[in-house]
Amino acid sequence: MTAYAYFPGCSLHGTAREYAMSTEGVCRALGVELVELDDWNCCGASSAHATNPWLGHGLVARNLRLARATGLRELVLPCAACYARFKETVHALRDPAAAATIEEVAGGEVPRDIAIESLLAVLSRPAHLEKLRAGVVRPLTGISFAPYYGCLLTRPAAVAQFDDPEDPRTLDEMLRILGAEVATWPGKTACCGSSLALSRTDLVLDLSHQILAWAEEAGADAVATACPMCHSNLDTRQRQMRRAGRGNHAMPVYFFTELIGVALGLAPAGLGIPKHLTDAGTLLERAPAGAEG
Amino acid sequence: MARVGVFVCHCGTNVAGTVDCARVAAAAREMPGVVHASDYKYLCSEPGQKLIQDAIAAERLDRVVVASCSPRMHEPTFRRAVAAAGVNPYRMEMANLREHCSWVHSDKLAATAKAIEIVGMLVAKVLRNRALQPGRAELSKRLLVVGGGIAGIQAALDVANAGYDVTLVERSPTIGGKMAMLDKTFPTLDCSACILTPLMVDVAQHSRIELRTSAEVEEVGGFIGNFDVTIRQKARYVDHDDCNGCGTCWEKCPVKDVESEFDQGLGKRPAIYLPFPQAIPNKPVIDADHCRAILYRKARAEQIAARGLSGEAAAKYRPVGPDGKSMQPCAICEKLCATKAIRFDDRDELVKERFGAIIVATGYDIFMLDGSHDEHLSAAERRPYYGEYGYGLFPDVITSLQLERLMHASGPTKGEVVRPSDGKHPKRVVFIACVGSRDEKVGRPYCSKICCMYTAKHAIMLKEHDPAVETCVFYMDLRAGGRSYDEFTRRAQEAYGAQYLRGRVSRVYRKGERYVVQGHDSLLGRPVELEADLVVLANGITSARGAVGLMQTLSISYDGYGFVNEAHVKLRPVETNTAGIYLAGCAAGPKDIPDSVAQAGAAASKVVGLFARPHIETEPLVSEVMARRCVACRLCEEVCAFGAVTFVEQRDGRIAAQINPAVCKGCGVCAAGCRGRAIVLHGFDDQQLLAQVESLFARPRGMRPAGREPEPLVSR
Repeated sequence: MTAYAYFPGCSLHGTAREYAMSTEGVCRALGVELVELDDWNCCGASSAHATNPWLGHGLVARNLRLARATGLRELVLPCAACYARFKETVHALRDPAAAATIEEVAGGEVPRDIAIESLLAVLSRPAHLEKLRAGVVRPLTGISFAPYYGCLLTRPAAVAQFDDPEDPRTLDEMLRILGAEVATWPGKTACCGSSLALSRTDLVLDLSHQILAWAEEAGADAVATACPMCHSNLDTRQRQMRRAGRGNHAMPVYFFTELIGVALGLAPAGLGIPKHLTDAGTLLERAPAGAEG
Repeated sequence: MARVGVFVCHCGTNVAGTVDCARVAAAAREMPGVVHASDYKYLCSEPGQKLIQDAIAAERLDRVVVASCSPRMHEPTFRRAVAAAGVNPYRMEMANLREHCSWVHSDKLAATAKAIEIVGMLVAKVLRNRALQPGRAELSKRLLVVGGGIAGIQAALDVANAGYDVTLVERSPTIGGKMAMLDKTFPTLDCSACILTPLMVDVAQHSRIELRTSAEVEEVGGFIGNFDVTIRQKARYVDHDDCNGCGTCWEKCPVKDVESEFDQGLGKRPAIYLPFPQAIPNKPVIDADHCRAILYRKARAEQIAARGLSGEAAAKYRPVGPDGKSMQPCAICEKLCATKAIRFDDRDELVKERFGAIIVATGYDIFMLDGSHDEHLSAAERRPYYGEYGYGLFPDVITSLQLERLMHASGPTKGEVVRPSDGKHPKRVVFIACVGSRDEKVGRPYCSKICCMYTAKHAIMLKEHDPAVETCVFYMDLRAGGRSYDEFTRRAQEAYGAQYLRGRVSRVYRKGERYVVQGHDSLLGRPVELEADLVVLANGITSARGAVGLMQTLSISYDGYGFVNEAHVKLRPVETNTAGIYLAGCAAGPKDIPDSVAQAGAAASKVVGLFARPHIETEPLVSEVMARRCVACRLCEEVCAFGAVTFVEQRDGRIAAQINPAVCKGCGVCAAGCRGRAIVLHGFDDQQLLAQVESLFARPRGMRPAGREPEPLVSR
């Protein structure tokens, strides 16, 4: 059993409940123990760090201390936005002047030795992949996915230090292991509009529509993502897009953990798949039924 | 008694601004051994040198200290000046009052005190300087040129025309390099082949040039005037003495589908081939990795050995190919060859020759997006670059060199510019500049210099090929420095309608039969999206594959990108830091054809200058072993970076180290390391160095500035 400190973030407790359900289910099945931080707080994404960078760093700093308290050296974050915030703070801590300010804001020492990892990166480690490969009972054969990384997982490259920022391939590889087809498409790292969903919904409809249109043109049946923000924009706004004359999409959008869960033979309901606003259950019925359920 | 003269230079205000030079001269007059001291505004000027020479004559000086700038600047000047007045040049020392004192201080009083101390040290040293004489070494007047591109060709011809023997080594089967692949050249649009091939023929026919294609430099020993070079002549499987280049073999070769290196993978060639019609030598070679006869022989020998077959079983054995089927022997070219020139059993051959000088003209490779050029990384660490451009994924995203081949009359399409995917003529071509140039993220922060120009050329040429074609160029900055260069890029825009968009491309993707190029127009500050039929990447220049290995073999220094370092960036641009090894062309960084040719000519003139001498004069400031004290511990051999140390049997049978004065650079590492103090570095022996140290620290206390009382370094 490999254990990691675990920061779910607000999305996984709210709009992306299915990401949390599938993450926890899949990790259990793969023998990955997630130790959720006790009394974690907001990562500061969108509003806090945009208002005041030190406030953003301060919020992360408190969580880093909680991570230290677990005694574990690696903190895994499923949410790409949280991941970006944490990475940004850990990066800032390398500069002595910035570190001093962050510690002043945080009211004390901030650990620098906690490794920040995205869930996608952790589950893509050879040991976990091997276990996953062996555990696939219901391969997603014949279903084509557009691997969608969004902007936060790989950028800025110097901070995120994950995969190729222009052409990431980690999720592609993961999908192939699940037996799925991987579409070649231009949208891998395109922006979905993110939190502008609230202030400039029109922009988000444009950008998210473009992403879904690219996926359709590339012949994908669905989009696979590792970001709750992207998922929210792509999954929940398809009807709005239709009404605004932005395509006629009916494309399921999955968290990659949901797909792992299905391939491992876990029940779709337990993975939260029925929670999607765009029907995500029907497509998966194409995958051959698993030996376990 | 020694008679020392001290000359303090003002260097305008460079020294005099911070140091009271008259006071330094006055203080020097009081130093032991000094019989004359004066100061002057510019000692390096002609009257300045005359002043020194007159003082030498008038005061019968036998040693001189010039207190001025760094010896890196003017040591040769003042050595010549004192030598002309009859003082041994190695009895002249320079006290560096500029870089070591005036330039780094602002307090005039303290700087003057320090200047006096510096002068004192050099006076103490020069009193112990012995008169040294340069040594002599043999000079082999033969030149080795490595690399047969335009730079190597030009250098070889220039030196051969001056009457010296030249060997030109080229690793590919033909000379001509990248220039031979080009269609036209900027900014005149000359046909590249028309200006290059006559030179290639000259090389082939020159009585003083020995041409070795399919050959590489394997090992280099020795020193200027005496480089011992081992050349690997790779197996060509065709005897070029017997072959008459009739062409029957490559026409009849049954293998026809090998990707042509010369056509950048866009065309096919047989297994026995001539890289291109005007190749020099104009005789084919066999590609052993694709020739059925050679593959059959190799597999047969390996499988017989692996199975332990012998006798009749071995004689009748038929090898099995990688596909599991029994292999078919082939000997079509051998049978058809009228002059019996095919040699399936040809092997690599090592040839050892002595050269007096070497010119490195190894050229460049274009930046490849698969990361295969990152030779400093292991295969696992290499990663592809610019995934967003879709190179390798989309057949119609091509390199600039591929476009050259498509435009070339003897290229894979006979000069018709068509899309590799479907053979259709493109209606709109989008160029992306700076692919692998000026980008830290791909480890190439430098400008490749030629891409702005060749992209403008491509835009012009495409329009010439098809007036209906539209061309768009995404660029970062237009760098067209050079005679008629800026006019050329303007012509591309104004007369040929190329649309230039300032900004980077973020994504190329397929849309039906066309491609969408998404980018950013930084002048308008807004995103742009263009549909294109063909996307051309303006690949930058990287050092040639294997260049770093060769530079290590040659012991010459190179930079972090694999380009050769010049001995001095401004003043010695065609010399390397190893005497006798010169450079030309893109081996030392991105260059266009005229610059490469100019550099080749300059390198050739250096070689001719060297060969005009009767012998090599060697620097006397080198290490020497006192054989009687040497215990042959071999530490000096280990620490010597230049391979100057050998071990020789003495008359009494003992083994002792010997330092070749022609190879030694006088770095002194061996002398410092020698446990038995058996090595002396002339000009910097223990007595000289200790005298300097003592002058600084062991003087009476009253002479030192207050507040600084260091203990003497040397115990007596």
